[in-house]
Amino acid sequence: MRPDRERRGRELVAKYPRPQSALIPFLQYCQELDGYVTPESIDEAAELVGITPAEVESIASFYSLLFKHPVGKHVVQVCRTLSCMLRGSGDLQRHIKQRLGIGHLETTPDGEFTYEEVECLAACDKAPCLQHNLAFEYDVTPQKFDRLLEQWRASEPAAAFPAE
Amino acid sequence: MDFEPIITRGMGELDLTDIDVYRRQGGFEALERALTGMTAEQVVNEISASNLRGRGGAGFPTGKKWSFLPKDGRPRYLVCNCDEAEPGTFKDRMLLDGTPFQLIEGMVLSGYAIDAAKIFIYIRGEFLDGSRVFRRALDVAYERGYVGKRVLGSGYSVDILIHRGSGAYICGEETAMLESIEGKRGEPRLKPPFPAIAGLYGMPTVVNNVETLCFVPHIINRGARWFASIGPEKSPGPKIMSVSGHVQKPGNYEVPLGISAGELVELAGGLLPGRQIKAIQPGGGSSAAIFEEDLATSIDFDSLAAKKTMLGSGGFVVMDDTTCMVAAAYSLVRFFEHESCGQCTPCREGGQWIARMLGRLEAGEGSQADLRVLETIGATITGTNLCPLGDSIMPFLGSVLNRYHGEFERHVALQGCPFRAEEPAIA
Repeated sequence: MRPDRERRGRELVAKYPRPQSALIPFLQYCQELDGYVTPESIDEAAELVGITPAEVESIASFYSLLFKHPVGKHVVQVCRTLSCMLRGSGDLQRHIKQRLGIGHLETTPDGEFTYEEVECLAACDKAPCLQHNLAFEYDVTPQKFDRLLEQWRASEPAAAFPAE
Repeated sequence: MDFEPIITRGMGELDLTDIDVYRRQGGFEALERALTGMTAEQVVNEISASNLRGRGGAGFPTGKKWSFLPKDGRPRYLVCNCDEAEPGTFKDRMLLDGTPFQLIEGMVLSGYAIDAAKIFIYIRGEFLDGSRVFRRALDVAYERGYVGKRVLGSGYSVDILIHRGSGAYICGEETAMLESIEGKRGEPRLKPPFPAIAGLYGMPTVVNNVETLCFVPHIINRGARWFASIGPEKSPGPKIMSVSGHVQKPGNYEVPLGISAGELVELAGGLLPGRQIKAIQPGGGSSAAIFEEDLATSIDFDSLAAKKTMLGSGGFVVMDDTTCMVAAAYSLVRFFEHESCGQCTPCREGGQWIARMLGRLEAGEGSQADLRVLETIGATITGTNLCPLGDSIMPFLGSVLNRYHGEFERHVALQGCPFRAEEPAIA
């Protein structure tokens, strides 16, 4: 196990009554460092909590915020559920896909942006909403999206999915 | 409306993430009172007498849930359910990052009541900001002695552990949440045994919703009788209703249960000029719709159940006459299809097939045969699954299919959506 992973892994295991509870927090930590859940992290997680890599893969595959493939530096997740749909999420989705030139769960060829349509984000009073690297943006019109896109392009985000 | 907010008091005006601001409005008085002058049993009895019912969706009496724990010496756990993901619900997220100390006080009080030495809070993975706010608040609460060893000098010691989710609606179901905390796939367990007997790590466990726990300090402070005097006898107290959709002022409204659906719509600014109500989901994406003729219905657990729908989580979604019912149903069924854990065939396959049929109808490729299947398929799905997710696929669809059948027929006859011929609402 790589030393930094092992140190963090041990800390997480010590937090819980049973080691396997540390599995998902550990994968979150690895994803923050690597950008996604790499095969190496899966092996290390298996070693850490004492289950097989196949079991880790099965568990990781259950959770939509654990990515098994590389994602962009910027991950844009737009809510598509009812309250956002009622307030223009459909138009917003079409606009974003056209601006980025990619579809649902795709990444731009330069590796900058990943786009995903997600389910209710619990911000229905400020619909339509989206998350950019888990930061909320509210009342997003196509015009507002264009402004956000400029800001994101000019920024250098630390991690698409911070663990804490 | 003339109603003094209880758990949302000061929100939006004061910085309740500052512990001293929270204390100035009476924060932690209930905890001090309980730890210095009440036994755990007295706290349980007070909550039982208030008839507080769970605000997460099921409406189960909180005191009763606490009293099911066997007294057999095994360690007990309290789990705070902050995995809010029911479509149209956004109250727990607001409480988490708006008034974290109130939640901490409610958690510690409830932990004391059930004698839990460890409390978990399961925070939805998407709520990164909220979990950061909560973590900072928790550090301060530890420093000030409200959490940790010998809380406020009493004999009660407790730790609170933050566990972040990783994207799965089903983990809001209590046994799926326990599986998830144990580091497994979030698949609901077969019940019984219930969590009170065999919960987290097989130990006696109580899972309570964020909003439920926020009410606990106020009931201890002001008494069960005060709480029980608000709203209907069997469904008392205030409740946060998350109002969204086609109203002028969407938002969270803390109201006494027992107000009418129409009053709530007015409280949220009413409809846009010239629009009419077509359907309302009163209790989140899992609830059947009510309609314009139901606006006098009382918003409480029992009155909505009598209307064959539910108060649920309090996600109140208003749809006006510009809304396509096929598109609305499609959006919700697709949600459940996406979020099914896949254990039970009726939920896994049923959700998928219904979503496909609704997608076809909305895209102009539906047939009469699809309509016939939609009318009859519910009986094979509802009540045939381990957990309530499968039972959530049909209620809204069934209610609007019944009420607006002609609209579904028109999608077939026109081979398209009559509302948005060029740009369907679903991308």
